[in-house]
Amino acid sequence: MISYIIRRSLYAIPILIGVNLLTFLLFFVVNTPDDMARLQLGMKRVTPEAIEKWKADHGYDKPIAFNAQAEGFGKLTQTVFFEKSLRLFVFDFGFADDGRNIGSDIRERMWPSLAIAIPSLIVGLFVNITVAMIIAFFRATYIDTWAVIIAVAMMSISSLFYIIGGQFLFSKMFRLVPISGYDTGLDAVKFLILPVIVGLVGGIGSGTRWYRSIFLEEIGKDYVRTARAKGLSELSVLFSHVLRNALVPILTGVVVVIPLLFMGSLITESFFSIPGLGSYTIDAINSQDFSIVRAMVFLGSVLYILGLILTDISYTWVDPRVRL
Amino acid sequence: MIVFSRLILVFLLFVGCSNTALNNPYPPEENSLNVLYSSFSERPKHLDPARSYASNEATFTAQIYEPPFQYHYLKRPYELIPLTAKKMPSPVYLDASGMVIEEDGPVSDVAWSLYEIQITPGIQYQPHPAFAKTAAGLSRYHKLDAIDLDDIRRLSDFKETGSRELIAEDYVYQIKRLAHPKIHSPIFGLMSQYIVGLGALGKTLKKSASEDKGFLDLREFPLEGVEVIDRYTYRIKVKGKYPQFLYWLAMPFFAPLPHEADRFYAQPGLIEKNITLDWYPVGTGPYMLTVNNPNRQMVLEKNPNFHPEVYPTEGMPGDAEAGLLDDAGATLPFIEKIIFSLEKEGIPIWNKFLQGFYDGSGISSDSFDQAVQVSAGGDAALTDEMKAQGIRLLTSTATTTFYMAFNMLDSVVGGDSVSARLIRQAIGIAIDQEESIAIFRNGRGIAMQGPLPPGIFGYLEGEAGINPYVYDWVDGKAKRKSIAVARKLLAEAGYPNGRDKKTGKPLIIHFDTTGTGPAVKANFDWMRKQFEKLQIQLVVRNTDYNRFQDKMLKGSAQMFQWGWNADYPDPENFLFLLYGPNAKAGKNGENAANYANPRFDALFEEMKNMGNSPRRQKIINEMVEIFRHDVPWVSGFHPKQFALYHAWQGNVKPNLMANNTLKYKKVDSLLRSKKRAEWNKPRWWPLAVIVALFVAGTVPAVMSYRKKERGI
Repeated sequence: MISYIIRRSLYAIPILIGVNLLTFLLFFVVNTPDDMARLQLGMKRVTPEAIEKWKADHGYDKPIAFNAQAEGFGKLTQTVFFEKSLRLFVFDFGFADDGRNIGSDIRERMWPSLAIAIPSLIVGLFVNITVAMIIAFFRATYIDTWAVIIAVAMMSISSLFYIIGGQFLFSKMFRLVPISGYDTGLDAVKFLILPVIVGLVGGIGSGTRWYRSIFLEEIGKDYVRTARAKGLSELSVLFSHVLRNALVPILTGVVVVIPLLFMGSLITESFFSIPGLGSYTIDAINSQDFSIVRAMVFLGSVLYILGLILTDISYTWVDPRVRL
Repeated sequence: MIVFSRLILVFLLFVGCSNTALNNPYPPEENSLNVLYSSFSERPKHLDPARSYASNEATFTAQIYEPPFQYHYLKRPYELIPLTAKKMPSPVYLDASGMVIEEDGPVSDVAWSLYEIQITPGIQYQPHPAFAKTAAGLSRYHKLDAIDLDDIRRLSDFKETGSRELIAEDYVYQIKRLAHPKIHSPIFGLMSQYIVGLGALGKTLKKSASEDKGFLDLREFPLEGVEVIDRYTYRIKVKGKYPQFLYWLAMPFFAPLPHEADRFYAQPGLIEKNITLDWYPVGTGPYMLTVNNPNRQMVLEKNPNFHPEVYPTEGMPGDAEAGLLDDAGATLPFIEKIIFSLEKEGIPIWNKFLQGFYDGSGISSDSFDQAVQVSAGGDAALTDEMKAQGIRLLTSTATTTFYMAFNMLDSVVGGDSVSARLIRQAIGIAIDQEESIAIFRNGRGIAMQGPLPPGIFGYLEGEAGINPYVYDWVDGKAKRKSIAVARKLLAEAGYPNGRDKKTGKPLIIHFDTTGTGPAVKANFDWMRKQFEKLQIQLVVRNTDYNRFQDKMLKGSAQMFQWGWNADYPDPENFLFLLYGPNAKAGKNGENAANYANPRFDALFEEMKNMGNSPRRQKIINEMVEIFRHDVPWVSGFHPKQFALYHAWQGNVKPNLMANNTLKYKKVDSLLRSKKRAEWNKPRWWPLAVIVALFVAGTVPAVMSYRKKERGI
């Protein structure tokens, strides 16, 4: 397994270089260093000298990707791309364009993101699997039909609707939880209830449909028929046999997203004023802060690759036939 | 299921006995405290007074930093008064040989202006670790190493703080900071043109900074035009006559900065931990920033060292009746703490305001109808729902002009040819700005009659103030000329029915703008409709702001829209937007229309150095007439600001120039606490309905399961 992990980690290097290159190209297709300087320096009374000075101070005064003036390797290394990318591979994210330490900001802002993401994942997983199991139990009945119709309807509704609707009902009409905000420690709980409920309700449609189809596929297999033939109750068949055998596809979907929980949710964090990494990324895009955008995309890619490796490893735990 | 039901019961009993609103986003113990609650939607980029220029940053910096002057809170027109200064300075004018000349002497003779500013002794800085001393009298935290910084994550982690008296040298130090190459002050370019030696200092500092990466103690670098006279007096030497300089001295750019703070924050270990002056300001103002987590909350608390300052004893007619002088002579500030919470979306802000969790709010377009009803006469009043909550509406016209302009370098619509001018005049009549304000701004604005907004010297009300090329004065109000007049002008320009009479080709205007979202499309459709009145084809070129800026810098746009918000209440700050040498294309100035009229420019040069007087008004009138005749700006408006305040907030009067107004405001926290409790009683029945529905849905399923298990 160790050699597998090493091999996969080495594969990750060219992928990360590619992602970084793509981010770089996409960002500088729509922004120039002059644009970035103007945005940082403000909209009024910005002189060309001030723009040049800002670029020089922030390392954007060099050619973007190829330095024709330099010699040898310098043609590639004395560029904005090389100088801004190299440190990423040792997780040194450097400083944002406004002078703040990005690594420090990420460490601070990942906790609010996790505070929403972890309960949402756990509660969502539990509810979705339970509901899907019940629907699978009542398969081919009117309960199954109606459940599928409701699930499809819920999938079709925008997450924004759930957020605004949730805020309107639970905060404005019923006055049970704060409409938005965040606090630290246990005081955070009252702010997390609504986003978690909204995340749960918003995801229940697609979640139950997905798990239902997994369970139905398993239910048709021979070992289930054998279990029933042994006289086991349907609940026992579902929870002891079907669920265990359905774990591989469930894990595929779940383990891969676990590392990405750090990255936060863009819309939820924005509407509930949660100071997580999702809103950090959105703010950086809006303020054309390339250093943060690049760092967040890089981190997201690393976490995604990590998620895929963890998924592969988890297969060996749930299915003894799998060897890495 | 039984366990779950019991848990719900315990929870309901617990919260049912609770006496506080469940949707209260603040700790219950804060209810009775003298705290003001507000919000911010975007993290302030800079809190360093040499860098900060944006209005959302001034909300904080203006409460913390104290420049020598400030605007009177109540008086209009806006009046500068001393803040830390003992009195307002009278500039001394010198000719090229250094001889003093009279104030009303020829402006061309003035080579330099001297401003000598005396500050009030005894003013102390807020408590700050930069001032902390050891028993031996050495700075406690100026040589921090990695071990010292182990437990430090934010400024409040420093155990010891200190303070010291404000001295003239601190003001001089801050002026030098404007030239620091690492700070990138947005006004360095402008101030280099006026403050003697500032540009040269910038070059010296750049050289020194490139040679030495460490801290630059600016006290060691002389600045020719700025000197310390004595402990409490400093003098600034300005090139020529620049009366607007006093307004700049009322901005945080010219607030004091102690060298101790600069040295403290320059330590690399602190920068690594994001502890910088840009994040943790240090000043002498009424408030200090004690919590700076702009990802969630920013908190200003009363500065325990704040110097004596009292509420104004004079105001305008009507201020006393409005209760604005009830606190005349009372010691400032009134509020102990101001909590700003991050809110990125408008809906939560509005709902929290209605629930009493914010003390004031603006009005978004979505909530406008809920908050305000506009009478047939155009007067805005609160809806019954708002009145029932005791909410007050305060309106003011912003000292801002949003304008649609032509690029005067354009070969078709630009320049000073008769044809181009008539096209511009015709379009000016056709664009029904009043309709636009009614549709897209809920009536919150007034159509532009000239470049100056109301509240700025030179702006004229009534018939004398209308643009006679676009409006007639009918029945005591301005009435837009008919579209027939516009069509006639267009025909005279050589484009009858919107077609070139020589070639027969249609007149096509390209409109460069920026904007996103569904509302923008409606706006563009409306714009096309205005041009269709003249059978002119309008091509909207909607780009992002960066591309738009590029086009403006290159002078390649044909027609565009932009705006300007006053830096200070002087007509120079708006008329310079039309001054020829200040063109955007090629000169990178703020004259985005690239308008140039020699007469206008000559009048501007004369007007800019004058004090407000009938003579100045006459010159401005002539400049405005030239502007209206030449039509570089075709249409525009001055936005009206609508703000709502709860009954418990007092001493609120819109002041569009001053940002340091939080010290005047007060809050009746007992009334707020009572109203919050009244407005936010939790409603439990919906939860009961949800539980009932859950049970109702579960029972048939359970029955069906049992039936299935029994094999029936």
